[in-house]
Amino acid sequence: MTRGLCVAIVFLFLAGAPVLAGQQPATEGFVPASELPPDQQLPAAPFLIGAYAFIWLALVFYLWTIWRRLGKVEQEMRALDERQRSHAR
Amino acid sequence: MFAYAPVVIANTRYESTMFLVQKIFYFHFASWMAWAAAIGVCGIASAVYLFRADPRGDRLAVAGAELAILFGAFGLVTGSLWGRKAWGVWWQWDARLTMALMAELIFVGYLLVRKYGGPGAEKLAAGMGIFGAATTPFIYKSVDWWRTIHPQTSVVRNLGETAPDMYGAMLFCTVAFLLLFASLLTVRVHLESRRAELDRLYLALEDQP
Repeated sequence: MTRGLCVAIVFLFLAGAPVLAGQQPATEGFVPASELPPDQQLPAAPFLIGAYAFIWLALVFYLWTIWRRLGKVEQEMRALDERQRSHAR
Repeated sequence: MFAYAPVVIANTRYESTMFLVQKIFYFHFASWMAWAAAIGVCGIASAVYLFRADPRGDRLAVAGAELAILFGAFGLVTGSLWGRKAWGVWWQWDARLTMALMAELIFVGYLLVRKYGGPGAEKLAAGMGIFGAATTPFIYKSVDWWRTIHPQTSVVRNLGETAPDMYGAMLFCTVAFLLLFASLLTVRVHLESRRAELDRLYLALEDQP
């Protein structure tokens, strides 16, 4: 009898826990980022400028690497051409 | 068109919840579109090279892979900067972001295999290119399939009805990025063609008595 009562109490407790958890109010202390005081908010401009600047700089760097690699290949081709010509003579 | 894009973006109205930082969206979205195009080119060209042994496919594939890394880096960095302001974090290990990073790493691996893989590495890399391209639809749909903090694909679809001017600016930037991608691809393929020509000259010189 006592054992059965204990099991029933534990069962009720376990079954009720999720329901109670679901009824809990929102965690206190949470403040959405948009509602922060102005001095606590991140300014947007550096992120926007940073994003656009990164794309432009990376693009210029990539074009420079292509130009450099192409220049190297052309230089090697000219050297090879000269070698071939001197070989033919 | 690419140079004029910032002017178009500056003249577009502000989004009502994120204001200024939302303007990162135009280059962020366009970067991922160019990235998808680069990955598609790499995947198809890799298949052409693998199954038809056409060297032009290999040249196109390596150019596509390199551009996929470039545009992927644009997307990841701009997304991170946007996320820092909008979500309060530089990075979040959610499905979309993690899968995009993995795809980026696959194409970094593609280039590493080609550079250090020795003889036959082109074919191994072509296999990686095909599998890398196969990730694209999963990455695109990841925001709809899994719970993630990244906005869903419907945001872009609905933009045409809710904010036509923003949609116009987005299309303008996307076309600009796709044209930029096409130009870079042409230049990069030209570099590969010249390299192939150089290899042919070296072989011809070695064959001479």
